Amino acid sequence: MASLDRVKVLVLGDSGVGKSSLVHLLCQNQVLGNPSWTVGCSVDVRVHDYKEGTPEEKTYYIEFWDVGGSVGSASSVKSTRAVFYNSVNGIILVHDLTNKKSSQNLYRWSLEALNRDLVPTGVLVTNGDYDREQFADNQIPLLVIGTKLDQIHETKRHEVLTRTAFLAEDFNAEEINLVIEKRYFLRDGNQIPGFPDRKRFGGGTLKSLHYD
Amino acid sequence: MSFLIDSSIMITSQIFFFGFGWLFFMRQLFKDYEVRQYVVQVIFSVTFAFSCTMFELIIFEILGVLNSSSRYFHWKMNLCVILLILVFMVPFYIGYFIVSNIRLLHKQRLLFSCLLWLTFMYFFWKLGDPFPILSPKHGILSIEQLISRVGVIGVTLMALLSGFGAVNCPYTYLSYFLRNVTDTDIVALERRLLQTMDMIISKKKRMAMTRRTMFQKGEVHNKPSGFWGMIKSVTTSAPGSENLTLIQQEVDALEELSRQLFLETADLYATKERIEYSKTFKGKYFNFLGYFFSIYCVWKIFMATINIVFDRVGKTDPVTRGIEITVNYLGIQFDVKFWSQHISFILVGIIIVTSIRGLLITLTKFFYAISSSKSSNVIVLLLAQIMGMYFVSSVLLIRMSMPLEYRTIVTEVLGELQFNFYHRWFDVIFLVSALSSILFLYLAHKQAPEKHMTP
Repeated sequence: MASLDRVKVLVLGDSGVGKSSLVHLLCQNQVLGNPSWTVGCSVDVRVHDYKEGTPEEKTYYIEFWDVGGSVGSASSVKSTRAVFYNSVNGIILVHDLTNKKSSQNLYRWSLEALNRDLVPTGVLVTNGDYDREQFADNQIPLLVIGTKLDQIHETKRHEVLTRTAFLAEDFNAEEINLVIEKRYFLRDGNQIPGFPDRKRFGGGTLKSLHYD
Repeated sequence: MSFLIDSSIMITSQIFFFGFGWLFFMRQLFKDYEVRQYVVQVIFSVTFAFSCTMFELIIFEILGVLNSSSRYFHWKMNLCVILLILVFMVPFYIGYFIVSNIRLLHKQRLLFSCLLWLTFMYFFWKLGDPFPILSPKHGILSIEQLISRVGVIGVTLMALLSGFGAVNCPYTYLSYFLRNVTDTDIVALERRLLQTMDMIISKKKRMAMTRRTMFQKGEVHNKPSGFWGMIKSVTTSAPGSENLTLIQQEVDALEELSRQLFLETADLYATKERIEYSKTFKGKYFNFLGYFFSIYCVWKIFMATINIVFDRVGKTDPVTRGIEITVNYLGIQFDVKFWSQHISFILVGIIIVTSIRGLLITLTKFFYAISSSKSSNVIVLLLAQIMGMYFVSSVLLIRMSMPLEYRTIVTEVLGELQFNFYHRWFDVIFLVSALSSILFLYLAHKQAPEKHMTP
């Protein structure tokens, strides 16, 4: 078992957006019944067959490090969190589609994880150009996930999804919008969530998470 | 005519306070959340506006601004509105938002929030029984009844906060109490934290692999559910699932340990920052202030004990006493009336401003510590309720700091409350709160260094 390679993925986002539920879903293939506050960091593991069915098939352990807290925490908490950010292979940024602030805070989350500080320049921030500079030389693949799509009324969905499309482009990341609906799950828990087909593939070498 | 001018001045100032409350709410309290229910923001700002207006009326009383009859009218009106908000509106909305959070009762929100409100009113009314706050001649639904109860709650809150604040302030300012934290301590603790995380990961890897092999072999891991499930699991259980439950228990224990380590590391970082801060100029200034505040704190506790033991309530306010002392003992002659007005204005103004500022800062800290995106509405409304009650009782107690000629309006408007009782009650709760804070801080301080002893 030690021969299986290690992949570390950070799951970041504001309080209450659904990171713990997401991680539980990915690793246990079940919906988390009683989500509660995450203190510190909670880890879960998924066994994944990369490039399954091909001769290069390899089994990996993907570790999801779900870091709790908020962007505005005290600097002592931020320093403590920084210990989890070492040698990261990928970052998943989670935001709540019903809460605009959580999307705006993703910038600060990613900056914190990539160990960069917000450099104040005299340049007026236009929609996207300034931000792309920060992520231009970033080697770590980013994935932006929007949760709770089912809680948004049908008519507003298009507007929300367009807004998040801009967000993902700024990060140079891929984007998936999640609807976690109970009816996709059978009792023995080996079903998959239904993804509405909004996967856009931008740059970056992201390992695709395929579900059997 | 003058009444109209006065009223317009009052209304302008109220709008100004309302705007300030609104901004404070948006910029400070809710800066990480999205405001979805504007009703919460409106209620908070309205409570803040009317509370500040009360203080403003006291200041106007001292300075003699505005016509005295219009002042009286505005006092009465302000008091009615604020009592209406504190007793009817805010508790109802708190109940409504609590009920909205619970899914089961979602359909009949209004009904259940009315029920909650009625329960609140019942306990609120019962609150008046054990205390000798009213002379018996008052009717059932008068202002005095409501204000007396609001006053009791508010005075208790004030005394608790000021007792804790009086003790905590020197404790935080003085660098004498800072534990010695070195970088090696922090690094060692971080290493333990990462080791724990690695152990959790390796156990979870085992569990994931076991589940996968079980799944491929066709067994299904059923968690024992219900009574029969448990009985069945005793006799027939697949060896794989037994292993899993065992490992799961170990993982739970390790996760608890990792949480503890995380909190301790954050604590160490915070202490290290405080140590560095204390070496700066500002830090040294605060250290000096800390000594000053500790003397003040000891004096206040002493005075509270004396007040209770000898059962006395100060008859004269500090301003008049100060003037008496200077005139009689130091022989300095000056125009008493003129100076007493200005000095009491300054003194009362300082008390008001520091208590408002202190309360807002405490509320903000409290809010950040305990709120989450679901409960933020309820907590903000609770804070608005606390703020309103706090300010109403400050008005009650501030009466003691004012010279006699200015006390009349407060006495007139608030009716015949037993003011002495409130002061006594404040002293008692203050003493209790200060002593228990000392005990609590002592225990917390003692316990901490033993955990991080580097051998």
